Amino acid sequence: MDSKTIFINIFRWLVLLFVQIFLLRNLSYYNLSTAFIYVLFLLVLPFRIPNLLLFILAFFTGLTVDAFYDTLGVHTAACVALAFVRILFIAVSFNREASDDPEPSLGNMGLRWFSIYALLCIFIHHLVVFFLEAFKLSEFSYTLGRVLLSTLFSFFIILLTEFAFHNRKSN
Amino acid sequence: MRNLWIFISKYNAFFLFIIFFIVGIVLVLKNNAYQRSVALNSSTEVVGNAYQKLSAVKTYLNLRQVNDSLAQENAKLKTELLALNAKDSTGKIAVKDSVYREQYTLFAAKVIKNSVGLRNNTITIKKGSLDGVVKDMAVISPNKGVIGFVELVSEHFAIIRTLLNKNTLISVNVKKNNAFGSLVWGDGNFDYRKAYVKEIPNHLRINIGDTIITSGAGGFPKGIEVGKVSKTGITGDSFLSLEVKLFNDFSTLPYVYLVKDRLAQEQNKLETNLPNGQ
Repeated sequence: MDSKTIFINIFRWLVLLFVQIFLLRNLSYYNLSTAFIYVLFLLVLPFRIPNLLLFILAFFTGLTVDAFYDTLGVHTAACVALAFVRILFIAVSFNREASDDPEPSLGNMGLRWFSIYALLCIFIHHLVVFFLEAFKLSEFSYTLGRVLLSTLFSFFIILLTEFAFHNRKSN
Repeated sequence: MRNLWIFISKYNAFFLFIIFFIVGIVLVLKNNAYQRSVALNSSTEVVGNAYQKLSAVKTYLNLRQVNDSLAQENAKLKTELLALNAKDSTGKIAVKDSVYREQYTLFAAKVIKNSVGLRNNTITIKKGSLDGVVKDMAVISPNKGVIGFVELVSEHFAIIRTLLNKNTLISVNVKKNNAFGSLVWGDGNFDYRKAYVKEIPNHLRINIGDTIITSGAGGFPKGIEVGKVSKTGITGDSFLSLEVKLFNDFSTLPYVYLVKDRLAQEQNKLETNLPNGQ
């Protein structure tokens, strides 16, 4: 991992968390749909990152978001779950050794693979966030509705971001 | 041991996930009051539900004993019923009272309809104007306690406005110091075993357990025991409000006594002749 990758990731972390905390935090559709764009940072971390480092990064990213959302632990657990799904999905969906792509971004992996990958990861993350927030199964369908709507919202915004930046870079 | 390490490092993602996720959940539970309370509540809910299921099973097991005791009770009641039917218990009884001699005559009436759960409760009895029932007659309980006043009379039936009615107000005394008050029911209390005494002056010392008796006004003979004070409290500036546990149980009245007051008319007439405002 060279210093350029590290620098880009730190920069991405700062920008995404800034947007998440100061812009998207105030944005929600009838309390039903909320976007969490900061998960993009975890999605596009390099392929070769060690599992332990990935988990630590996920843990502290979630902790930072929790600090600003006043929901200590909720996003932390969700990000850790996302990291686990990310590892599983990448292990199942292609051969890491054969690939020389540095990171699983839209520009590198194509729309189809990236859509499935992002949707699955975002869904798991949001599932954990909203169910830990509600913390009971009595409002199951309502919470699940919030999860699905928010997943669509987050996915839409993450896809827009990826189209806006990564395609330009790979061109 | 080596194999264990190989196993763990091969599936390190899973174990790391478990460790970090548990840390996350612990953070949630330790730092968020809402989630902690839900976690505690749902565990008590589970325990409570289990107890409920258990007690449902236990009731089934006890059914035999319950059946037996009910049958015994039935037999006892039937015996009493036969004894009661054999003699005419609703004949007139003169009260042997040296002070109020011949002023009051009691006669019993069978309760055929009763309510205790409404805002304004009434009792229907099988005695009417042909038996000498007139409107506003006082009605007392077979054992201890007051019932209310006759409200409507037909030839064979009468309806009693019981104490458990917002229009009923019975003049009572505290037995030990003769303080006057009014016995009422309602005002947020719909327990048929409790009533309130209002308008007792604040300077009197009333203790829990003091007996409340009728004052002699309004058609009731003086000195019928109504209930015991169960709570004292102050309402307004200068009056006490006493909660009274009634001696009689309105929900299980087989029959009631009507009080015929020979001098009621005379007393009424005298009192209505008072100039207004006194």
